[in-house]
Amino acid sequence: MLPDDKTLTEQGFSDVSSGRVMLIACGALAHEILAIKRLNKWDHLDLMCLPANLHLYPERITDAVEAAVHKHKQTHRNLFVVYADCGTGGLLQAKCAELGVEMVAGPHCYSFFEGVETFAAHDEEITAFYLTDFLVKQFDAFIWKPMGLHKHPELRDMLFGNYTKLVYQAQTQDPALEEKAKDCAARLGLAYEYRFTGYGDLASALKAQAEFT
Amino acid sequence: MSDQEDDIILAELDDEELVQQMFDDLYDGLREEIEEAVNILLSREWAPYRVLTEALVGGMTIVGQDFRDGILFVPEVLLAANAMKGGMAILKPLLAETGAPRVGGMVIGTVKGDIHDIGKNLVGMMMEGAGFEVEDIGINNSVEAYLAAMEEHKPEILGMSALLTTTMPYMKVVIDTMVEQGIRDEYIVLVGGAPLNEEFGKAIGADAYCRDAAVAVETAKEHVARKHNQATA
Repeated sequence: MLPDDKTLTEQGFSDVSSGRVMLIACGALAHEILAIKRLNKWDHLDLMCLPANLHLYPERITDAVEAAVHKHKQTHRNLFVVYADCGTGGLLQAKCAELGVEMVAGPHCYSFFEGVETFAAHDEEITAFYLTDFLVKQFDAFIWKPMGLHKHPELRDMLFGNYTKLVYQAQTQDPALEEKAKDCAARLGLAYEYRFTGYGDLASALKAQAEFT
Repeated sequence: MSDQEDDIILAELDDEELVQQMFDDLYDGLREEIEEAVNILLSREWAPYRVLTEALVGGMTIVGQDFRDGILFVPEVLLAANAMKGGMAILKPLLAETGAPRVGGMVIGTVKGDIHDIGKNLVGMMMEGAGFEVEDIGINNSVEAYLAAMEEHKPEILGMSALLTTTMPYMKVVIDTMVEQGIRDEYIVLVGGAPLNEEFGKAIGADAYCRDAAVAVETAKEHVARKHNQATA
């Protein structure tokens, strides 16, 4: 059973049963990965999620992924890292190449949910701030509180003043989440845009792993 | 802040106590207190440059160190920077009048495609505090914008900042263009930003990667001193 978002944010999650393919993923992707697994009946894919809040310290992601790879390569024939670059400046990709494991392409989950090529074509969107389903749900834990806005709302424009709009990239169609995303945009003083992406490149990346084995 | 600290009357503190209190107030991001303390030191005949270096920069250096060590986080640093800004606003016109020493000049901006300027702003402020003339060209700068600013202001240093993995390679575009135009060696190129590292700085041909604002100031001072020594050798 999938733990709540707070656990995914702070502690991570592990669902190991088949011992064939291990997906080492960001906790922010747990819902989507399990949904894709369920839809396709890919029971041979195991999942371990590192805490999603590693994104607040991207310099720690590479070491955490490396430790997880070392741990699970004893028990799994194939490993796949379900992180994009995620602010590691290419270090995660280099580490995965060194360890001989594949990872998802792209700079962030924002790009692979929308499709890396489509996302890269948005030259006009440098002032967009993106939220996914998980980030909408965890807006306070991931953005509002770590940025100190719960105590110092006057920092908002120093932090977000160069952004013009919030783009909610929805993986699922959920009116309640959409309302929450609108509220997030209002709190940040940004225009709001809704964009349904579904699972994007994440689905095809997992399909390649599922069918390869 | 405790009630006891609320009762502190800045004007009643001696100079040493006041500077210590300013360190605490900068740390706590108390802009009004910093502005008041700056005015008190000026009224005691402190030179503006001394107020800047001993009180404000001294205090911000502690903030920078604690940020580096993971004791303080971005919001606290921004509040401290905002407090320092209040003090700087009082001192800046006075520094110009009193002829404070000029260490060097810097053009600084975030690269094309990148709007994240918190780090760049902190570096600019700390560099100004250290006596550099800083020309901040803002966010989302093309190679042409950097070159035009360098041509206009003739700084010793070019500073480039990026937060995104997707935008940081643009730093190399700027440096390569400087090489093509035969002007690369006229400038000290410093780069910084969360996803960067020392290897990246070397790979793109920068003079140094600076992991935070305090390091940027120290690195800038070293490189400028070296450049001056070479020029006079």
